[in-house]
Amino acid sequence: MARDGGRARTWTGRSLAIRMERLLPMLELRDVACVRGGRRLFEKLNLTLRPGQLLRVSGVNGAGKTSLLRMLCGLQAPYEGELLWQGARLDALRENFNCQLVYVGHAAALKDDLSALENLQTAVRLGGTVAGAPAARMALQSAGLRGKEDAPARTLSQGQRRRVALARLELAQSQALWVLDEPFNALDTAATDWLLGLIGRQLGCGGLVVLTSHQPVALADALAQVVVAL
Amino acid sequence: MNGQVPTAATVLSAWDGMRCLFTRDLRLALRRRSDTFAALFFFVIVVSLFPLGIGPEPQLLRRMAAGVVWVAALLAAMLSLTRLFADDHQDGTLEQLLLSAAPLPLLVLAKMAAHWLVSGLLLALISPLLALQFDLPLEAVGVLLLSLLLGTPLLSLIGGIGAALTVGLRGGGVLLSLLVLPLYVPVIIFGSGAVEASVAKLGVTGHFSLLGAMLAVSLVLAPVAAAAALRISVE
Repeated sequence: MARDGGRARTWTGRSLAIRMERLLPMLELRDVACVRGGRRLFEKLNLTLRPGQLLRVSGVNGAGKTSLLRMLCGLQAPYEGELLWQGARLDALRENFNCQLVYVGHAAALKDDLSALENLQTAVRLGGTVAGAPAARMALQSAGLRGKEDAPARTLSQGQRRRVALARLELAQSQALWVLDEPFNALDTAATDWLLGLIGRQLGCGGLVVLTSHQPVALADALAQVVVAL
Repeated sequence: MNGQVPTAATVLSAWDGMRCLFTRDLRLALRRRSDTFAALFFFVIVVSLFPLGIGPEPQLLRRMAAGVVWVAALLAAMLSLTRLFADDHQDGTLEQLLLSAAPLPLLVLAKMAAHWLVSGLLLALISPLLALQFDLPLEAVGVLLLSLLLGTPLLSLIGGIGAALTVGLRGGGVLLSLLVLPLYVPVIIFGSGAVEASVAKLGVTGHFSLLGAMLAVSLVLAPVAAAAALRISVE
C-alpha cells in the first residue's frame, strides 16, 4: 500500500475504507516458529487478523509472548514461516510498515533527562507524525499526568512512566496497528479504563491491536477479540 | 478523557526524523554536560602529561606533538563511543528507532553527527591551545586543527559501526576498542602525517585529500553498516 494512503486517512475516511477492506486480512502469520536459546517456543502458528480485531496473546512466563510481539513489529525475524502485512512480507516493507505501527514494549522508552512532554513529542515524531505542544499536552493530561508534563522523566513513578509511553496512543489514530507488551502492568484502575477506551476507539475505527495480558481484556461485546495461548 | 480528540496528522519526511533525533541527542548532551566535559578533560590531561613527562626538549616535543594529540583524541572519542547506542538500548528507545518511520541509516547518521558535535569537534577546537605546549610553529597548528576537523568525524563514523556491533554485550567497551582502534590506523597515519609534513615544510594537500576521501566514503557506508549491525544486535 502506498505510504500516504495508509497514513493520511482521516477518521471518517478510514471507517469508509474499512467497509471495502472488511474481508481483506491486514496481518497474517503463516506457519511461524520461534526459537530462543536453542529451545523451540512455538511453531506452526497461523493467524489472520482483519480490521477492527484485537489479538490477545496469553501464556505462561517464557512462553514466547514478547518474542511473538517483536516478530509482529519486525524487530525479530521468524525462525520459520512468514509474516504478511496487507499481503506483503514484513521485512520487505520496513519503513512503509513502520509508519503504520505503534509499539509500546516492556521498557517505557523514555529518556530520563527529557521531560514527559519532550519524550512524547520525540516518540511521535520518530513514528512519522507530528504532534504540536498543545496536542501532546492534551494527550498527557488524558493519560492522567496533569501537572507532570514538564517534569523530567526521571522523577516519575513506574506507573507514570508507563502512562507517558501509552499517551502516544492518544496521538496514534492514523496508525493502523498497535502492538502493546503487557500494557496494563503498573497501571491503576483509572488508567486501565483510559487505556481500554483508547483500545476500543482504535478497534472501532478499523485498527488492529495486539497485546499480551494475563487477564481477559474487558472490551465491549461488539468488538472482536482473538485469543492465542502460547 | 477529554472528549476532544487531539490530532497528530501531518505526515513527516525522513529529514524530520533525522532532525528530531539530532536535536534530542544534543539536548541530552546539554543536560548531562559532565559526560562531555569528562572526555574533554581526559583529552587535555593526556596531552599535557607528555611534555611534563618528557621534559623541556623542544626538538623532540615538536616531532611528537601531532602523534600525541591524535592518539589522545582517539582515546577520548572511544570514551563516549561506548554509550552511543548502549544508553538507547538500555531504556528501550533503540527499539523505537528501529521501528521509526524514518530510514534507520539516516537516524544512525544523525546520532553520529550529534556525537561528533559534542566530542570530536570540541577536541579539535581545543587542540591549538594544547599544541602550544609542544612549541609547534603556527602554520603546523593550523594544519593540526584542520586535520582534526577532517579526521574526528571519521572517528564518530567508524566508531559508530563498532558501537552498533557491541550494543547489548557485556564488557562491550573492551571489545569495542579492539574492534575499532585498528580501523583508526589510516586516520591517525594521515592525520598526524599532515602535521609532520607541515613541520618539515612539505606539501600537506595529499594527506588532506586522503582524509577527505576517507570521510566521503565512510559518510556513505558507515551509517548503512551501523544500521545493519544494530538490527542484528537488537534481535
